[in-house]
Amino acid sequence: MSDATGLTRLATLKDEPPAAMPGGPADPILVVDHLTMRFGGLTAVGDVSFKVGRGDITALIGPNGAGKTTVFNCITGFYKPTEGMIRLRQREGETYLLERLPGHDVNRLARVARTFQNIRLFPQMTVLENLLVAMHKPLMRASGFSLAGILGLPGYRRAQDEAIAKAAAWIERIGLTHRADEPAGDLPYGDQRRLEIARAMCTDPVLLCLDEPAAGLNPRESADLNTLLRLIRDEFGTSVLLIEHDMSVVMQISDRIVVLDYGIKIADGTPDQIRNDTRVIAAYLGVDDEEVAAVEAEVGLAGTHA
Amino acid sequence: MEFFAQQFINGLTLGSIYGLIALGYTMVFGIIGMVNFAHGDVFMLSSFIALIFFLILTTWLGLTSVALVFLIVLIVAMVLTALWGWAIERVAYRPLRGSFRLAPLISAIGVSIFLSNFVQVVQGARNKPVPPLVRDVIVLYENGQYTVTLSYKQAIIMTTTALLLAGFWYLVQRTSFGRAQRACEQDRRMAALLGINVDRTISLTFVLGAALAAVAGTLYLLYYGVVSFSDGFVPGVKAFTAAVLGGIGSLPGAVLGGLIIGLIETFWSAYFSIEYKDVAAFLILIVVLIFKPSGILGRPEVEKV
Repeated sequence: MSDATGLTRLATLKDEPPAAMPGGPADPILVVDHLTMRFGGLTAVGDVSFKVGRGDITALIGPNGAGKTTVFNCITGFYKPTEGMIRLRQREGETYLLERLPGHDVNRLARVARTFQNIRLFPQMTVLENLLVAMHKPLMRASGFSLAGILGLPGYRRAQDEAIAKAAAWIERIGLTHRADEPAGDLPYGDQRRLEIARAMCTDPVLLCLDEPAAGLNPRESADLNTLLRLIRDEFGTSVLLIEHDMSVVMQISDRIVVLDYGIKIADGTPDQIRNDTRVIAAYLGVDDEEVAAVEAEVGLAGTHA
Repeated sequence: MEFFAQQFINGLTLGSIYGLIALGYTMVFGIIGMVNFAHGDVFMLSSFIALIFFLILTTWLGLTSVALVFLIVLIVAMVLTALWGWAIERVAYRPLRGSFRLAPLISAIGVSIFLSNFVQVVQGARNKPVPPLVRDVIVLYENGQYTVTLSYKQAIIMTTTALLLAGFWYLVQRTSFGRAQRACEQDRRMAALLGINVDRTISLTFVLGAALAAVAGTLYLLYYGVVSFSDGFVPGVKAFTAAVLGGIGSLPGAVLGGLIIGLIETFWSAYFSIEYKDVAAFLILIVVLIFKPSGILGRPEVEKV
């Protein structure tokens, strides 16, 4: 690989059987295998395979229209992939084929949570209620499908107290304790972003998928977000898969990075490997494949590769 | 003044019944954005269920305790009507959920026609009477000329409505199911991603709406003592008017709208002409739609950017 130019490497990538995933994480929580998603004649995602390591923060990057969100939509059951498999293996060993689960079971059984590019809080509910909604499953079970809840039986009271305690802990982690009873729609943008992540975490996910969590944040809010994501990884052991354009977030917190361009995976590796990958640079600078070598020379990377 | 007070009581009673039906309209609209035009006929159906069980209990089983008969009839009507509500959603609306917007609406009109014709065929086209269950009245005020009375029937209707509304408010505001329901109203896909079974939540909404309609149906039978297969339409449309007036999608709005429609209709028949009381009610619908389409307590539709 070291002596190959961008051109030939692109060719070999195309010729390679896509199953080969060099250097993937040893214990993947999520394996995306030969994922293809076509909309009519348009191939949004073409034969993409990658793995998300357990307990890692994995970033999915690429220029606009590269198919990142489509991959997310396939993972979380919004789209049924045209081809391919998405396997999620929990620590206990249960394996779920995400592309076959109905929408709510992606969260309930497989325990995958996600956020969107735009904020999708329930704006008319309070901050606390937004988090309690995410604990619907345990509460519903404890409440005997609302009967015990209406009657105020002790079992439900206990479950509700636990849920509120958990929500309160998350509200404290994101620093919103003083606004817990305000409608979520009234919060500033950065707070809403972090509240969404807290809400996703309240569903006890094993895999958290975040679609551009840093979009629209100022540098300070961005730093808060980094802290929150590290906390989620280190203290909760939740694996994180995020789409992000903000390279300061991506490079600082990612354990692995997967790069898509025009629906095809062009690179997969550690932040250092990606930083020095010429095709990634070319994709971001928007140059033609033929010019990759020129770009390499220009940015002074050809030397390091030779 | 005495006449006014009496009409006020009558209006509140009628309004309670409208409010209970309007809740079903407004909840279903809130969660799937569809006007369930079959709801009025579900109300009528529940009235027949109440009638049948009332006759079974009083004539066949010879029960004489009014409170017991009323309670049993109410519960049976609620359960059976809830089953109807569930089945209707399952058969007529759920298969059309991904379809274009008008499809479930047309389906609802179909269900409405089916229900009224079904009842007409199996129960006959005549009015079905029940012997009066409670006759007693409480005299609130008397001055020789006028008496202002509150009949036991009216008291039962208002108390039942108030109790149910309190329980219902608690269910929606304080329980996990209520939160799930409000979440589905605001963003169904996001709710699913948080592990909420959206289909089940929608089913339960129909079940609840039908159960409330059954309460209204039982109270209607108690109040008027007579029901016919065509009785679903006019109260149904008036309850819909109430829901629109209160702000469709808003639960307190539905009850408020119901009370207002009940009062206007009663006062109109008392002071103007009883023949045109329906005109008064529907005039309101037109005026509200023109001048305040979001209703009294409804939120104005905000365009999402």
